[in-house]
Amino acid sequence: MSRRLLAGYLAVAVLIGCTPLFLDAYWVDVLCNVGLYALLALSLNLILGDAGLFHMGHAAFYAVGAYTAAILNTRLQLPILWALPIAGLAAAIFGAIVARPVIHLRGDYLLIVTIGMGEIVRIALVNDLGGLTGGSNGIFGIGRPSLFGWKLRRPDEFLYLIWGFVALTVFLFHRLAQSRFGRALNTLREDEVAAEGSGVDTARYKLMAFVMGAAWAGMTGSIYAAKMTIISPESFSFWESVVVFVIVILGGAGSIPGVILGAFLVIGLPEIFRGLASYRMLFFGLALMVMMVVRPQGFLPLRPVRFREADVPPEGAAP
Amino acid sequence: MEQFLQQLTNGLAVGGIYALIALGYTMVYGVMKLINFAHGDLFSCGAYLGLTLLTGLALQDRVGPVAGLLVLAVLVVVLVALLGAILERAAYRPLRESPRLSAVVSALGASIFLQNALMLVYGARFQVYPSGVLPEIAVSVLGVQVPLMRILVVLVSLVMMGALYLFVQRTKVGTAIRAAAIDQGAARLMGIDVNRVILLVFLIGPALGGAAGLMVGLYYGQIGYQMGLLYGMKAFTAAILGGIGNIPGAMVGGLLLGVVESLGAAYVSLAWKDAIAFLVLILILIVRPTGLLGERVAEKV
Repeated sequence: MSRRLLAGYLAVAVLIGCTPLFLDAYWVDVLCNVGLYALLALSLNLILGDAGLFHMGHAAFYAVGAYTAAILNTRLQLPILWALPIAGLAAAIFGAIVARPVIHLRGDYLLIVTIGMGEIVRIALVNDLGGLTGGSNGIFGIGRPSLFGWKLRRPDEFLYLIWGFVALTVFLFHRLAQSRFGRALNTLREDEVAAEGSGVDTARYKLMAFVMGAAWAGMTGSIYAAKMTIISPESFSFWESVVVFVIVILGGAGSIPGVILGAFLVIGLPEIFRGLASYRMLFFGLALMVMMVVRPQGFLPLRPVRFREADVPPEGAAP
Repeated sequence: MEQFLQQLTNGLAVGGIYALIALGYTMVYGVMKLINFAHGDLFSCGAYLGLTLLTGLALQDRVGPVAGLLVLAVLVVVLVALLGAILERAAYRPLRESPRLSAVVSALGASIFLQNALMLVYGARFQVYPSGVLPEIAVSVLGVQVPLMRILVVLVSLVMMGALYLFVQRTKVGTAIRAAAIDQGAARLMGIDVNRVILLVFLIGPALGGAAGLMVGLYYGQIGYQMGLLYGMKAFTAAILGGIGNIPGAMVGGLLLGVVESLGAAYVSLAWKDAIAFLVLILILIVRPTGLLGERVAEKV
């Protein structure tokens, strides 16, 4: 992570940390939503940005996580934050099962299949799968989360929970990008044949990216369930998947700061121009078309990793 | 038996509509190797334009029911075809040389744009077609009373498919389309103006989609701005089922999907009706990605 990027992150963190001092509850809630979408977009970014897999059913993983947490909480009285890792695990398992057979499909076909997968999940939720999902009414009465005996209720408390999780995610995903896994995905996206030639097991890495993205979306889903206390299939429609997709593409696929900027632009900006809210999606559709012509790499694109001479170990030294 | 025949004829009518939309996907894919995501929304545009013209021009009262319907159909088809050509110019031509997935994202943007434009113009509520455009009589087929509209939908879609098939197989322009689909570079060397072929494909595909939209409006009487997504996905499934890029494949796939879905809704579960098509789609792509009559789509891993 470069020093400038680190400074940028710190500035954003301090700014968001101070917002409850001067913003009212409504705007703090908007920031919470930005944070949730940033988390979703960061998780999709692993799949779409890092592995280059066109996946437009991300709402399905989000839904699996949210419903897992909600069911565990309302049926078994498990505290919602304890359900978070289980929700992540459930989404990961679901992701592995659905992705395994389709991972080898070519880009645009994968896109269609993932849209279909997302719709099947939504229809299953509406049809009250196994009598657990509550049909189109959804699940209500989800317990408030408590952290070290402190019960979270107000938007500013959720702000710290959500953005704390964003900060953790950003840190982990930056570490991940530098790891063997991250470098393998990077090669994979740039040139699949070359990656395979260099010994990268492409199918396995694609699947791993999918499963990790699903797990993170699932955990985000459980935070969403905790914040809303009510969830219903409407919240996981095709349009949710589209919005998250748009955030990643407009922000800059593969770039972590880009994706966060994208979340602010796509979720936060329309709140400022609230009078034009109904034009929101019209504008994003247009923006996608224009961006692909003038700046296909997004607003804050991924910068290729560069190594300084000092980074290169001297000849003969252990790597 | 009565119910089975009713569902079968209904399935054929819906399948004919899927097939008409699927032809638009498959022709564009054949020539440009691009999934035109906005195609489903062009279909919605056809349905909405049909409604506006039907109520706005009152053609039925001026030139009689049959002639009025014909004029209406021609107007809708021409307008949607023009819309398709504009779309090609604005959203796809600038990206001809870009990576394939940029064009896919642009197509997606166009789809979102059209869908929301329809919502802003007509409102988010369902719109209702006026009743009595055609006399509501039922015709006896094999001892079962089938609504006239349903028979008309099946017949019109079959005639349009037949005409398209003959056009592509028997005429010089049709040959040019097939040549461009096989190899654009070679086609260009043979003196075929590939740009014009692409434009033509973007006129014919949306024209058929627009006609399908009008038929849905007349058949179901109710249209919504988001229906392009569902119909588009199902028609795309039909195109893949038949083998994408393959014109007879899209027709067979559409009719087959319509019948399967209609019978599935009647005998398996109505609540899961919309999931049937998606399940079929996923299963085909896993088991036989080339479809019944088509090219290879999966990469070797």
